[in-house]
Amino acid sequence: MDLSLSTRNVSGPGGDRTVVEVGGEIDVYTAPKLREQLVELVNDGSYHLVVDMEGVDFLDSTGLGVLVGGLKRVRAHEGSLRLVCNQERILKIFRITRLTKVFPIHTTVDEAVAATD
Amino acid sequence: MATVELRFSAQPEHVRTARLVAAAVARRAGVDEAVLDEVRLAVGEACSRAVGLHRSHGITAPVKVVLTEEEKNFSIEVGDGVTGTGGGAGNGGDAASGGSDGASSGDLYEGDAEGEDEMGLAVISGLVDDVEVTTGDDGGVIRMSWPTTPAVTMP
Repeated sequence: MDLSLSTRNVSGPGGDRTVVEVGGEIDVYTAPKLREQLVELVNDGSYHLVVDMEGVDFLDSTGLGVLVGGLKRVRAHEGSLRLVCNQERILKIFRITRLTKVFPIHTTVDEAVAATD
Repeated sequence: MATVELRFSAQPEHVRTARLVAAAVARRAGVDEAVLDEVRLAVGEACSRAVGLHRSHGITAPVKVVLTEEEKNFSIEVGDGVTGTGGGAGNGGDAASGGSDGASSGDLYEGDAEGEDEMGLAVISGLVDDVEVTTGDDGGVIRMSWPTTPAVTMP
């Protein structure tokens, strides 16, 4: 299954958030598309991103690299990048690489949008 | 002798094919269903790494994946054509511990091929108990294996 991406803006208590809904497989072939999307958002001034990964079937280290790259870009503008994920198979990859310490991971989009710390 | 052997040109779009084939053969070989996700991810990581190495070294030869069903285990070997890549499971471990440094890990993982290569190895070493990374005259090989459960004998 290919990668699907859609974005929407949501207002939260901390200000506007851009929710990036990702579906399908994020791997060495599709990750560049996600990277382009994140770079474009940051270039357009969206510095607070919520990446909703509930529709992701597969994630590999290339995908992790893109997410970390996105985090680095938003942090350069004092922004944030939060993830939404409940799938054990995906969470496991974040735990193995200890990226759970780097990314705030939420169970719902609402919770991620409401987070201000 | 290999149960299934796969060769594909070093293009990212073929890595998915390798994942699907490996998972299908592993299932047939009797690898536990709960572990198939790990097999899929590990073989994908190894193939992504090989594709990256072939492309960065301008190697036109295909990436080779050998799937072998043995009596008590199932093994996968992913071979690249790069001699002396200096890879190793130990490097993967380092990448994993780097991840705990918070923001600084972004530098390690930011888009560059080397960082992704190390993170790929980190994922493989985290996922697979039995993994071996070797480099010889024919290139580098990542060998991984998983135990299989014997087929249930029909009454």
